[in-house]
Amino acid sequence: MDRLVFLLATGLARGLVVALFALSLVIVWRAARLVNFAQAAVATVAVFAAFAVTGATGSFWAGLAAALLTGAAVNAAVERGLVRRVPQGSPLPGMIVAIGLVMVLQSALGIAFGPRHRPMAAPFDERPFVVGGVPLLSPYDLFVLTVALALVGLLAWLFNGTTLGLQLRASAAAPEVSRLLGVRVPRMVTLGWALSGAVAALAALLLVPTELGLNAHSADLLFVHAFTVAVLGGLDSPTGALIGGVLVGVLVSLVTGYLGAGVAPLAVLALLTLVLLVRPAGIFAAAQVRAA
Amino acid sequence: MTATRPAETEEIAVRDARCSDPRPARRLTPTQRILLRAVVLTLLAVAATFLLDPYRNYQLAVVAATFCATAGLTLLVGLTGQLSLGHAVLMAAGGYGYALAVNAASSAGLDGGGAAGAARVVLGLVGALVASGALGGLLGLAGARLRGPYLAGLTLAMVVALPALTTQVPALGGDQGLAVPFEGVPEVLSLLIVVEQWHAWVAIVVAALAVTPLAVLRSGRAGLRMRAVHGDETAARLSGVSPARVKVGAFVASSLAAGLGGAVLCLVTQSVGPGRYDLAFSLLLVVAAVVGGLGSLGGAAAGAALVVLLPWLVDTVTGAVGVPADLEQRLSGNLAVLVFGALLIVVTLAWPGGLARAAARRRHRPHRPRGRTDAPAAPPPPPASQPLER
Amino acid sequence: MRNPRTATVGTTAGVAAASVVACLALAGCSTPAAAAPGISDDTVTVGTHQPLTGPAAAGYASISAATKAYFEYVNANGGVHGRSIEYVVKDDGYNPANTQTVVRELVQEDQVFALLGGLGTPTHSSVLDYLDQNDVPDLFVASGSTMWDDPEGHPNTFGFNADYVVEGAALAQYTADEHAGSKVCVFGQDDDFGAEFLEGVELALGADGVTAHESYSTSNQDVTAQMGALQAAGCEDVLLATVNGFTALAVGTAAKMGWSPRWLASSSGGDYPTLVELLGEDVAPALLQGFVSANYLPFGPDGEWVELFEQINDEYNDGARFDGNTVYGMSVGYLFAEALAQAGEDPTRESLVEAVESGKLEGNGILPLMFGPDDHSAFDGVGITVVADGVQDYVGATYAVGGGKVTEVEPQPVELRGGGVPAP
Repeated sequence: MDRLVFLLATGLARGLVVALFALSLVIVWRAARLVNFAQAAVATVAVFAAFAVTGATGSFWAGLAAALLTGAAVNAAVERGLVRRVPQGSPLPGMIVAIGLVMVLQSALGIAFGPRHRPMAAPFDERPFVVGGVPLLSPYDLFVLTVALALVGLLAWLFNGTTLGLQLRASAAAPEVSRLLGVRVPRMVTLGWALSGAVAALAALLLVPTELGLNAHSADLLFVHAFTVAVLGGLDSPTGALIGGVLVGVLVSLVTGYLGAGVAPLAVLALLTLVLLVRPAGIFAAAQVRAA
Repeated sequence: MTATRPAETEEIAVRDARCSDPRPARRLTPTQRILLRAVVLTLLAVAATFLLDPYRNYQLAVVAATFCATAGLTLLVGLTGQLSLGHAVLMAAGGYGYALAVNAASSAGLDGGGAAGAARVVLGLVGALVASGALGGLLGLAGARLRGPYLAGLTLAMVVALPALTTQVPALGGDQGLAVPFEGVPEVLSLLIVVEQWHAWVAIVVAALAVTPLAVLRSGRAGLRMRAVHGDETAARLSGVSPARVKVGAFVASSLAAGLGGAVLCLVTQSVGPGRYDLAFSLLLVVAAVVGGLGSLGGAAAGAALVVLLPWLVDTVTGAVGVPADLEQRLSGNLAVLVFGALLIVVTLAWPGGLARAAARRRHRPHRPRGRTDAPAAPPPPPASQPLER
Repeated sequence: MRNPRTATVGTTAGVAAASVVACLALAGCSTPAAAAPGISDDTVTVGTHQPLTGPAAAGYASISAATKAYFEYVNANGGVHGRSIEYVVKDDGYNPANTQTVVRELVQEDQVFALLGGLGTPTHSSVLDYLDQNDVPDLFVASGSTMWDDPEGHPNTFGFNADYVVEGAALAQYTADEHAGSKVCVFGQDDDFGAEFLEGVELALGADGVTAHESYSTSNQDVTAQMGALQAAGCEDVLLATVNGFTALAVGTAAKMGWSPRWLASSSGGDYPTLVELLGEDVAPALLQGFVSANYLPFGPDGEWVELFEQINDEYNDGARFDGNTVYGMSVGYLFAEALAQAGEDPTRESLVEAVESGKLEGNGILPLMFGPDDHSAFDGVGITVVADGVQDYVGATYAVGGGKVTEVEPQPVELRGGGVPAP
């Protein structure tokens, strides 16, 4: 029982980070009807910026700000510079360009910084509170939890409760009509990309201190998990991303704990396959929403 | 014009063939023409192995094996619009199928060289076809239900899970993978050629066996159906074409070719393991297909040569230029990937059609208006609003 | 259709057709050749495959740099038999596919005399047969797999590391000697490294001597679940079959959970300077106080070998960080130079292999080398090192493994002679 509680708590902490990253994929999808395969590489660039700034100033928060800004700026540049020039109509060229971008960014980071893993410290204590002999969430996990929930709330408010959100949604769903109604569609799309880049950077920044360290490939697995989560929850649903993230996090934790570390990637693949075959658009997506 | 680009390229190629060699070509059916060309090219490639030293012949064998996979991939992506990021796993399936079949045959007494050795290799190739065909069929079924990003993501997750699979299934031999017996030069040839050249011959012949059916498939009815499904699924269905069946068929055909490629690599390197078939390699296959020109088999060959030879070339050059050791270490491996990524972006955005297109354009400059009339690199736009769920 | 091979062949088709005839007349360009490769009057060329890029590079890229520095030192001091040693390093990114390519390049293009210190089990095992078929001496493989010790199957292949079984058994025995009755657990990589190490541990403690066993896969850097399991099992001593990166992850993750068992790591994942870099200089000294590891090379801070290697490192390796990899790389270089010196005035591939099998090589390890006609493993035992106040050094306890049991032995360090340049 203790073991189950421990694994659930570990999975929750991990899953929230994945959920955040999945959320960033949802944002791009909402803005541009596109899965950004380069999101992990962009996020890693942002974490490198954070690393540099934290190293120079000694402040985690300055690094966090740098990561958010870099993530937003790089993604906005990607949208303006590349995605906008991609032939429209088929998702294929967009995906191929994104894959090219992954290769360029990761190899450039590799050339600039070498293969070393750079240790990054977490801003909060990572020692968990022990309740009844079972180590549960640490202050750092609680920080991640708070950030994730706040962000989901913020995004829900942004998309559903503000004019800007309405414009964002309208631009993605019906660009021509939106333009006729005076929405500056290109600007909205760029804004969506920037927002998504910032969220992805945040997720990667929260992940790295819990792993070996910062490296050009630090966020690769995060992307695969987040993609699974986004599919699980439906690419259109922030709530779906949150719940899906926790599900995947807990699944990986339970499988690793009970069946062994090697089985976890297979479990994720099995889950993804199952969901795609049974409900290709995700569990939480309403049928009409995706038709746009 | 609304024709898809691959069709256009083919048109050019056919015209090309007529121009350069009108008499025999006119009397032959398209299929016969393809077969004739395959035989001629295979013989030429075999002849070319005499010009190469052993190491280059080894590289040629690797190029031929990679070509099997890129040819399958270019057909799949170019004609049906399904992006697979997991073709490396299909090659791996072929490699494991080959290894398991060959090792089973060995322990059943098919040992040594000569006829027994040949029979063993043939059994191995059958094993490769079975394994890759089965996996390709499953993926095809998934692909028939899924669109763009979902299929790409599923195949991506598959590549990432491959090492875990090989560790969990004891028969696949974990990280080290499986070793297969060495296939030496047949006795009759042993005075004339060394083993690398022999392996290059095997690789070339298998590549011909893998790619020629794809070429036949593409130029015939099946190819038309694939384009129809890609162009407009609803219209295709109205005219009696089953999109699901076409997509599954395309995936299986593509997988079989990739599987044969994996089998060749297994034969040449005497082993198959998860390390070779990682995400980076899978992405390189996509690079080869795109840079060569989606839908073009010639482009796939050029792309395969590019992804095999460029990393080696880059390392050789950085080694020769004498950059500082530390920088050389960082450039090695990374620089080639940087170039590939940039090529992928540039070709998709600015140079639609890739190498195949460029070659065709150069030969036909007088006939072709330049500039914006060129069709985009991507296959034709499907209808703007498309349901994700079938 | 577009013809399938236009780009590679079509353009050269004409040339090809004409040249084929010429080439056939010349009996072919790929016909078998017989020559003594890699040796000239004043050079010996050896090659290696190493992970200079990719995930494994972080832990191991400095080994080949150290070997190269040592050879430069030897060359500056007259070489071996008047020949200088040329050392060709190829990057394989720890990917067996690349290993297969670069090793063929080394053998066929660079015409190396021997392969030296090829790194990694999955990588090197993929070229084992190729090297055997081409009769290339395959010396001192940098991996602790037991696979290299197979004189019948691979007569040209020799290991260098104490194998994982030996390390597991020695560390387990040390635990039993120091903390009798404690709960011993194993955390290992989910491949032959972890499996053979566990085998060794069970050899020393019995099959029921291991309280809990957890594994990790290199693709997943989250080991919280496994550390939780070990903590829940009440482990007091955790034996690690981990590479340096995952040693750091295990120690770091456990510390975050407020858990600090005694750690005992294999030599592949127990290098103090590397761990300090991975964990961060601020926290590492506290976390690694009392950290136990196995080793078989001269690593104590005030030994004569280390002093020499530090000098060479400063002079020929731009004063790169001096750590276990540096010692390892230079020791491999030394052993090769010694073998080359023994192989005679005009060495051949056969005489080189004979020299290693002769049993006369001393190396510089803390125990005698095992090499002989029937044994291709280098070390059958290891010494125990402990970190005390930021210094990792031997504590004297040394174990040898043979005949299915572990015995405590006396270390027999080799004296440094001739300035570290082997003389015939």
